[in-house]
Amino acid sequence: MRHIISVLMENEPGALSRVVGLFSQRGYNIESLTVAPTEDSTLSRLTVTTIGDDTVIEQITKQLNKLIDVVKLVDLTEGEHIERELMLIKIKATGAQRAEVKRTCDIFRGQIVDVTPAMYTVQLTGTSDKLDAFIDAIGASAILEVVRSGVSGIARGERVLSV
Amino acid sequence: MELLSGGEMIMRALKEEGVKMIFGYPGGAVLHIYDALYQQDAVEHILVRHEQAAVHAADGFARSTGEVGVSLVTSGPGATNAITGIATAYMDSIPLVVISGNVPSHLMGTDAFQETDMIGCCRPIVKHSFLVRSIEEIPSVMKKAFHIAKSGRPGPVVVDVPKDMTAPTEKRPFEYPETVKMRSYTPALKGHAGQIRKALDLLLEAKRPVIYAGGGVVLGDAAEELTAIAKRLGYPVTNTLMGLGAFPGSDDQFIGMLGMHGFYEANQAMHQADVIFAVGARFDDRVTNNPKKFCPNARIVHIDIDPASIQKTVRHIEVPLVGPVKPVLADMVEMLNQMDVEPDQDALSAWWETINGWREKHGLWTGDRFTRRDKIMPQDVIRTLYEVTNGEAFICSDVGQHQMFAAQYYKYDQPRQWINSGGLGTMGFGLPAAMGVQLAHPDRHVAVVTGEGSIQMCIEELSTCTQYNMPVKIINLNNAALGMVKQWQDMQYGGRYAASTYADSLPDFVKLAQAYGHVGMIVTDPSELKAKMEECFAMKDRVVFMDIYIDPDEHVYPMQIPTGSMKDMILSKTERTK
Ligand SMILES: Cc1ncc(C[n+]2csc(CCOP(=O)(O)OP(=O)(O)O)c2C)c(N)n1
Ligand SMILES: [Mg+2]
Repeated sequence: MRHIISVLMENEPGALSRVVGLFSQRGYNIESLTVAPTEDSTLSRLTVTTIGDDTVIEQITKQLNKLIDVVKLVDLTEGEHIERELMLIKIKATGAQRAEVKRTCDIFRGQIVDVTPAMYTVQLTGTSDKLDAFIDAIGASAILEVVRSGVSGIARGERVLSV
Repeated sequence: MELLSGGEMIMRALKEEGVKMIFGYPGGAVLHIYDALYQQDAVEHILVRHEQAAVHAADGFARSTGEVGVSLVTSGPGATNAITGIATAYMDSIPLVVISGNVPSHLMGTDAFQETDMIGCCRPIVKHSFLVRSIEEIPSVMKKAFHIAKSGRPGPVVVDVPKDMTAPTEKRPFEYPETVKMRSYTPALKGHAGQIRKALDLLLEAKRPVIYAGGGVVLGDAAEELTAIAKRLGYPVTNTLMGLGAFPGSDDQFIGMLGMHGFYEANQAMHQADVIFAVGARFDDRVTNNPKKFCPNARIVHIDIDPASIQKTVRHIEVPLVGPVKPVLADMVEMLNQMDVEPDQDALSAWWETINGWREKHGLWTGDRFTRRDKIMPQDVIRTLYEVTNGEAFICSDVGQHQMFAAQYYKYDQPRQWINSGGLGTMGFGLPAAMGVQLAHPDRHVAVVTGEGSIQMCIEELSTCTQYNMPVKIINLNNAALGMVKQWQDMQYGGRYAASTYADSLPDFVKLAQAYGHVGMIVTDPSELKAKMEECFAMKDRVVFMDIYIDPDEHVYPMQIPTGSMKDMILSKTERTK
């Protein structure tokens, strides 16, 4: 099953490489990884999406917790949560295609953020599934370039991950 | 406040931590530190002959004392030479602080002379590492390094120090912190009372119990508590390779080591057990055999300081208990004394009867299974060693068949008496580790049980032994082959000895020992083994290299059958369990 693990860690050089190294060393899978400082500049928040059975996920969370730089973590998929990913996508848009792309973009609530006579750059946020669906709808032949941020997530309701 | 250079700060931090001795090797990047070392006298430095040995020696020191071992190496090749030692300590959770020099910070990342990304190289084999970024942070980095190395599940910590951080001209205020507080690192100090109660309830329900104790008991200084609870319950105890000495080997309740080369009775008892009490053991693959077939009827209590060790390989743990073994076991004994429930004595005596039956039939310590007249049997060498040293020596082993014989045939009554690289299985560990042990215990017998293969991997340390008067005794079980490799080739590759023999190229170990200023001895005749060994240990102040020619065809048994359960074993060249 797919899990979203959110980690608060010391904002120290080297901390990220320990997390990434742990995944490769122990053969855990990384679907996506995002990391940035938080409102507290001594802390970074890292979100990793991974796939594994219960045994693997249990080991991933335990091994992450064991890293000295890791302060706290939560498996967001254990409860209600919000997940978002940002995508910027360059799409061929000429002739009749131009209107079609615009329509698809509206359906998905994307924003056109850059335009030339031959293409649109669209910005889209949502769950990873939604971004996948948009890519399918546009079709591979029309896509020039895709960049995705990887998943960020946060728990629903009053639960917070903080120190 | 006092002003010190970074090099001086490092030395002062070592003094503050109570370090008396460090093991190292100089080079450009650590010359400032060595100069600071030269100008103080709280810390003695032992110059080894190879950085791998510096780390193994610090490791032996740590294993035998429970204190943090310290080594100091230079950048580049010094640091990479230390890697095997660090990995060895990491696999066995040994508390070390390894200080490595690095090129000056403005050169880092430029492929400078003798530059290595030490933090990157050692990442998967350290508990933690620090790159020193300013002179001011040296005291707090050192404090944290020692704290992390020895607390929780211990392990090696690397402190990588760019040369400019230690320059004698750059002085900064020095104050050594008294305490450490790290929000991201708070190892458990006690076990959960509710879980302890549950554990006891389950233990008392047992009809066929086994206590399975590992290296965590030794590292956690909990041998006394373990023995107390085992005695109180009257249950059989088996120790892992790393746990030998956690429960007295010569006690009747001890049913031997378990696992790949474990005792028949220990492996059988585990498989048939209805309750297993795992203490500071990690269900390693060399213990469980196929984890899917592991002890199918057992309900398991597992105490470990490391949550990640619980349910890692064997999943059916009924009562997990995270905490340091010493206080947890002490709490258990206390709670047990307050409960008026006793183990089921009838079931227990029937269980002991079964176990004693296995012992009679296949036990390694019953009868004379391995005594021959014409050749020296390796098992007899270890038995003789046990007799001659009164069971009281520190035994530092290398890796191979001799290691397994030393684990099987020497009865370890004390924790920390048996020193071996169990996790990484590092050939070359024995001699340098023994140096650390001998320096920490100058009045004790320290023996290296080794093979002609392993001893050649750090043989240069014979020179260090000369320089610092470390009278270790080297018991070389010479079978003229990489015996453990050859055994597998006998068993699985039709006796095709690919690269496991040396075609008469072995050195004359007696002359070699003499060349370093030591005593060398050859033993070829079984009848003279004991007298020669007595002679060896009588030479209190000398390093003695006993080159003992053993039966080259002997195998280590029992041996678990790969992919089988714990009870599936090969018992000799002709017998196996059904
Ligand atoms: C550094 C290292 N290289 C290779 C091995 C693989 N290995 C395990 S046991 C062994 C043979 C050891 O030979 P020796 O020291 O003579 O001991 P014996 O088995 O003959 O008693 C080898 C090569 C190892 N454990 N460590
Ligand atoms: Mg050999």
